[in-house]
Amino acid sequence: MTLFDSIAQFFADWGAKLASTFLEKQRYLMLVDGLRNTLIITLGALVIGVIIGAFIAIIKYCGEGSRVMKPLCLLCDLYTTVIRGIPVVVVLLIFYFLILRSSDGVVVGIVTFGINSGAYMAELIRGGINAVDGGQMEAGRSLGMSRFQATVHVVLPQAMKNILPAIGNEMIALLKETAVAGYVAVQDLTRAGNLIRNNTYDAFNPLMVVALTYLFLVILLTWALGKFERRLAKSDKR
Amino acid sequence: MISVKNLRKSFHGTEVLKGISAEIQRGDVVCIIGPSGSGKSTFLRCLNRLETPDSGEILLDGVDLMDRHTDLDRQRRKMGMVFQQFNLFPHMTILKNLTVSPMMLKKIPQKEAEAKAIQLLERVGLADRAGDYPAQLSGGQKQRVAIVRALCMEPEVMLFDEPTSALDPEMVGEVLEVMKELAHEGMTMVVVTHEMGFAREVGSRVVFMDQGKILEQNTPEALFSNPQHPRLQDFLSKVL
Repeated sequence: MTLFDSIAQFFADWGAKLASTFLEKQRYLMLVDGLRNTLIITLGALVIGVIIGAFIAIIKYCGEGSRVMKPLCLLCDLYTTVIRGIPVVVVLLIFYFLILRSSDGVVVGIVTFGINSGAYMAELIRGGINAVDGGQMEAGRSLGMSRFQATVHVVLPQAMKNILPAIGNEMIALLKETAVAGYVAVQDLTRAGNLIRNNTYDAFNPLMVVALTYLFLVILLTWALGKFERRLAKSDKR
Repeated sequence: MISVKNLRKSFHGTEVLKGISAEIQRGDVVCIIGPSGSGKSTFLRCLNRLETPDSGEILLDGVDLMDRHTDLDRQRRKMGMVFQQFNLFPHMTILKNLTVSPMMLKKIPQKEAEAKAIQLLERVGLADRAGDYPAQLSGGQKQRVAIVRALCMEPEVMLFDEPTSALDPEMVGEVLEVMKELAHEGMTMVVVTHEMGFAREVGSRVVFMDQGKILEQNTPEALFSNPQHPRLQDFLSKVL
C-alpha cells in the first residue's frame, strides 16, 4: 500500500465515522438545538446583565457622597461581592434547585448568567463612567443641573464610548461561560456534544465540532467588535 | 450680593481656607490674585458650592448657601462659571452646548434658546461655528464658547477660575477682550487670575490671597502701586 493510499483510507474512514456520528438518527440536529440554546442564553443574559449593571453603576455614581443613597449603595456592594465571590456553576445550581425551582433550564440559565454578568457589568460600566473627566460633571452642576441630570445628559453619553467595547468583551466571556449550563439539564452546545458522545462512543469528533463552533463564534464576535470600535474611534477625529 | 463670612475648608487635614470673609456688590469686578496653592480657586469653587466648605457662611442675595434645605441647583443657575479647562461638552455641537441647560432647566423653547445662543455667539465672533463640535475649535475659541454657555443661563454673577491659564499666549487676548466687554456692561464678576494687566485695568477691586487668607484688598491702583503687606510686595516684585 502506498502512502497516498493510506492517507486516502484515513480520510475515508474519518468521513464514515463523521457520517455515523452526526448524520445517523439526525444527531446533528442536537448540535443545532444546542447552538440555539447557547445563543439564546447568551443574548438573554447579556440584556439582563446590561440592565442590572447600568442600574447599579448609576446608583453608585449618583449616590457618591449622598447620605440618602447610602443603604442602596451598600446593597449594590453586597450584590457584586456575593456574585463575584461564588463560581457561576454554583450560582446556577442554587438558582435551579433552591430559588427558581423551575424545570425550564433555559430560563434558569438566562436569569443566572444575567445576574452573574450584571455584577461584572456594573464594575465595567462604573469604570467607563469614572473615566469621563470630572470637569464635565462640574460644568453640568455649575450650570444648575442636578447630579442626576448631569449624569444622564453629560456624563453617560460620553461614557458609552468607553463602555460599549468592554460590553462586547463581556459578551465573549459570557458566551463561553454558558458552557456550564448543562449542569441544570439545559441542552446547550456543550451538552449536545456530550450527548452525541454518549450515544456513539465517539469522543473526538463531537468535542472538536463543539470546540470549533465556539472558536468560530468568538472569532466572529471579535471581528465585529473590532470593526465597531474603529467606527467609534473615527468620530473622535474631527 | 454675595457675602462670605469666616469660610474654612480643609483637604485631608490640610487647611486650605483659613477663615475668608468678603463682600461682593452688584457690578463689582473682583480679581483674586496670589501664588499657586494660596486657596484662590478653592475659594471661588466654594462660592457656587462645587466645593463644600467645612464652616462659615455664604449668602447669595440673602439666601444661605450653607443651609441644607437650600436648593443649590436653583441657586447655581444665578452663578455662571468658567473653568480653566473649558469643560465644554465634547459630544454636543457648540449650539447644543449653549442651549441644553436653558432648555432643560428653564424650559425655554428650542427656537428661543437657539436664537439667544446665536445672538451671544455673534458677539464673541463665533456664530459661524455653531454647528461644529468643541474638538474643532482652538483653545481661545473654546473658552469664548464656555463664557457664552454660562451667559445663556442669564446669571447674575460670573465666576472665572483662571480662564486664560490653559491657553496659548496668543489666544489670551481674545478671551480677556470678551471678559472686559462683559465687565463694561456691568456684569458682576469674580475672577481668579494671573493676568495682572487685566486685574489692573478691569478690576474694580483686587484681592491678594496667600496661604488660605486674604492678606490685602484694595482698588487696583492702590494695590499695585502702593502694596502694604510684605508678602504682596514680594509677590508683585516677582510677577510684574
